Amino acid sequence: MDMTNLSELVGLLTPEISVSLFLVAIVIFDLIFNKDKKILPFIALAGVAVTLFFVVSQYGEIAEPIKSGMITVDKFGLYFKVLILISTVFVIFFTLSSDEIKASADRLGEYYTLMFGMMLGMFMLVTATDLILIYLSLELLSLSSYVLAGFTKLRSRSSEAALKYILYGAVSSGLMLFGISLIYGLTGSTNLYAINDYLLSSNGNVVILALASVMIFAGIGYKISAAPFHFWTPDVYEGAPITITAYLSVASKAAGFAMLVRILYIGYVSVSDATGHWTVIEAFDWQMLLIVISIFTMTLGNFTALWQDNLKRMLAYSSIAHAGYLLLGVLVLSNQGLIAVLIYFFFYMLMNLGAFYIVMLIANKTGSENINEYDGLGYTSPFLGVALTICLISLTGLPPTAGFIGKLYIFIALVDAKMIAVAVIALLNSVVSLYYYVRVLKHMFLTKATETTPVVKASSFEKIVLLALVIPILVFGVYFEPIINFAKNSLAGFGL
Amino acid sequence: MLQVGLQHFLIVSSILFALGIYGIVTRKNAIMVLMGIELMLNSANINFVAFARYGNFGLHGQIYALFVIILAAAEAAIALAIVLNLYKTFAKINVDEVNNLKE
Repeated sequence: MDMTNLSELVGLLTPEISVSLFLVAIVIFDLIFNKDKKILPFIALAGVAVTLFFVVSQYGEIAEPIKSGMITVDKFGLYFKVLILISTVFVIFFTLSSDEIKASADRLGEYYTLMFGMMLGMFMLVTATDLILIYLSLELLSLSSYVLAGFTKLRSRSSEAALKYILYGAVSSGLMLFGISLIYGLTGSTNLYAINDYLLSSNGNVVILALASVMIFAGIGYKISAAPFHFWTPDVYEGAPITITAYLSVASKAAGFAMLVRILYIGYVSVSDATGHWTVIEAFDWQMLLIVISIFTMTLGNFTALWQDNLKRMLAYSSIAHAGYLLLGVLVLSNQGLIAVLIYFFFYMLMNLGAFYIVMLIANKTGSENINEYDGLGYTSPFLGVALTICLISLTGLPPTAGFIGKLYIFIALVDAKMIAVAVIALLNSVVSLYYYVRVLKHMFLTKATETTPVVKASSFEKIVLLALVIPILVFGVYFEPIINFAKNSLAGFGL
Repeated sequence: MLQVGLQHFLIVSSILFALGIYGIVTRKNAIMVLMGIELMLNSANINFVAFARYGNFGLHGQIYALFVIILAAAEAAIALAIVLNLYKTFAKINVDEVNNLKE
């Protein structure tokens, strides 16, 4: 490799390099200022800002996807990087007002270091087009998040969450690795483009291919918490600190979906015609498999959420259900479906972060996430009540919120692909989800607050953060053109 | 004289993999589950090296195996730390007894 090539490669990796440097900076500053940890969030925010600058300037420069060895830099990956960065900013803001994290403030350095470790893993994950690099970045992401899930280690539920997370995670990533090794033996390569070439030219052993692919899907399904690999989700989301729960449910899931789309739409498709429709390879029909999994995922998520009294747990099941809706966008095999996934993720990020933030503010005061703590919240603290209402309505997918637009695009893509039956099932699922979201509204507005219910008042900083999430939900519900264009623009040139 | 070929390696790795899965499913002690996971990772390693050697795919497979060994060590370190922390709070490490997060 000559020097020009090397400098080009370094240019492609600027966002990742910036994240790594700030990770080191956080460690160093944590050591220098070990008495006063107040500076750490600002370094983290600066890191995100600098990285965002690199990502945006790269987004402007790149016209065609640049394939270089194990990575492919394209606008699709950069879109997800923007999503990850935005959610990181919000999670840092959440951390500033989280009592759970303040209780272990002496370890804040580790917290931000691991958070940047997660971010680095996610960045590599959305860029990688080689199975072994995908596996390694998946593990980087997972290993950091295992520790973060158990960060408040004095609380028993936190250490239980970490144990369950690492056991399920290690098993499914072990399955994935075995699947990758089989694919390597079958095709002679771990590069997705080479695998695609091989699968198109020869049929190989169909049974082994299917077995290996399903094993690889186990690793992905665990990351995006699709059934039947979702068992960790409710326990980990409930036990982990809420800031980390919010981060896992948005950023880590986004990276998982980017990985899924990359593997399927590079490795396992044969052609994409001019109208943006794709065809599955003959050897392995993953479309049918995904239809079954997505229906199973959303039905299970929605129906189990019905009887959850812990709001964190309810939101965990709701995020499982949303993974089901998002899978629908992946399986329709059209660019339209992929655009729908990108749009949905942007809105899902806003509304899910908003909902978790309010749950965190209430839990700061009351120490629990039980639904009874929300009795009369709409009257004792109208601001929080209304904000949570908007987030929940958006999660249900009702107009005039952004969630409606996201669902609408998914359904349009489904109808265009003539999958009416699947669309109907998804629609019925949305109706079911209305019940458990509205149940929270009932507690907030129709149940009287008792003497013991504490009154929660948000500080002005918390109000500003919340407004930054809630106002876009309402605005994008009406004026959604910019996001649609952003998503369409990001998908241009995506593919083989 | 028995010639050792690709098949033999694959049989060993499949046995290891199956034993790993068996250990994960049947053992309740968290440490034993972790050992099952290690078996799974090492069975994949054997696959990588054997395929690289007998399939003439170059050195890639063997390098992947090195990556995985390092990663398995990191994972084991973190998992043991988490188990230790769990033992401090619950005074037990059986997976089925640590079960407060269910309703």
